[in-house]
Amino acid sequence: MSQDSEIAVHQAHVHEAHAHVGEHVHRDDMGSKMGMWLFLFTEVLLFGGMFILYAAYRFIYSDAYKVAAAELDTYIGTINTIVLLASSCAVVLGIVALQRKNKGLCLGFLWFTQACGAAFMVNKYFEWSHKIHLGIYPKGPALADMSEGEVVFFGLYYVMTGLHGLHIIVGMIFIGIVMMMIQKNKITHDNYQKLENAGLYWHLVDVIWIFLFPLFYLIH
Amino acid sequence: METDIHKEEEHAAHSHGYGIYVLVFFGLLALTAVTVSVAGINLGSLTLTVALVIATIKTCLVANYFMHVKFDTPIFKVFIAVCIVIFATMIGLTFFDLIFRTP
Repeated sequence: MSQDSEIAVHQAHVHEAHAHVGEHVHRDDMGSKMGMWLFLFTEVLLFGGMFILYAAYRFIYSDAYKVAAAELDTYIGTINTIVLLASSCAVVLGIVALQRKNKGLCLGFLWFTQACGAAFMVNKYFEWSHKIHLGIYPKGPALADMSEGEVVFFGLYYVMTGLHGLHIIVGMIFIGIVMMMIQKNKITHDNYQKLENAGLYWHLVDVIWIFLFPLFYLIH
Repeated sequence: METDIHKEEEHAAHSHGYGIYVLVFFGLLALTAVTVSVAGINLGSLTLTVALVIATIKTCLVANYFMHVKFDTPIFKVFIAVCIVIFATMIGLTFFDLIFRTP
C-alpha cells in the first residue's frame, strides 16, 4: 500500500472516531513536524549565509582573525556551550516526562530550559558590555586602531552572536507558550507535537551555537 | 488494522527512556572538553579542521537523538541531505570565486 493511501486510511479512522463524539478535530502531527523542519532549513540557510561570509573573510584575513579572537573570553564561551547543551537535554527529557504522563516533571524540565536560556543571555550581556566598555563596537574608538580584518571579525561577531541571541529569546517565548498550553492541558501525553516543534527549534539554536563557539572563541 | 500497526510503530519509536538522552548529553560535554583542550594545542592549519569535525559530530548527536531523526521516518534524513547539498554548493561556488578571482 502506498503511503498516500495509508494516510487516507488513517485520516478516515480518525474521522470516524471523532464522528462518534460529534466533533471534528483536524490533527496532522506529521505535517506539523514537516512544516517545522522546512522552517528550520530556512533558518539554516539564514545562518549559513553568514557562515559563508565568515569563511570567505577568514580566508582573506586569517591572521587578523587570530589577533581579534584573542579578545574573546573562552571561559564564558565554554560555560555558555555547557548551559545550552544542558537546556537542550532538558527539553528532550521533558518530552519523555510528558509521554509518561508526568506533567509536573515535564514543566520542571522546561523551567530548567528557561533558566538556562536566561543564564545564557545574562552571560552574553556581561560579555558584550565588557567589549563595549573597551570601545569595541561598531564605529567604537578601539576599532580605529585595528586592522581591516579585525574590524570585520568583530562586525561578524556582533551580527552572528546577536542574531543567535535573538533566536534564544524567541525560543524562550516559544517554550513559554508551550508551557502554558501544557499547564492548561492543551498539550498532553498523546498530543504533544507542539512541544516537539518547540524542542526542534531549540535544538537548532543549540546546533548553531555548536558551530559559532569554536569558530569565534577557539581560534588561536 | 494498518493504522494500529502504524500507531504501534510510532509508539515504539518514541518510547525511549531518560537514560539515553542523559548519555548523549555526557557525550556532548566530553566532545566540548575535547574541542576546548585541542584548541590550546597548536596544530596549525589542522586546528580549524579538528574544530569543524568535532562540531559536526556534536551536531549529528543532537540531530539523531535530541531531534529524534534517528527514530523518525527516513524522509527527514532526505530533507536534511538536500539542505546540506544546497548549503555545500553555496560554499563551493563562493570559494571557487574567491580562489580563482583575478584582481
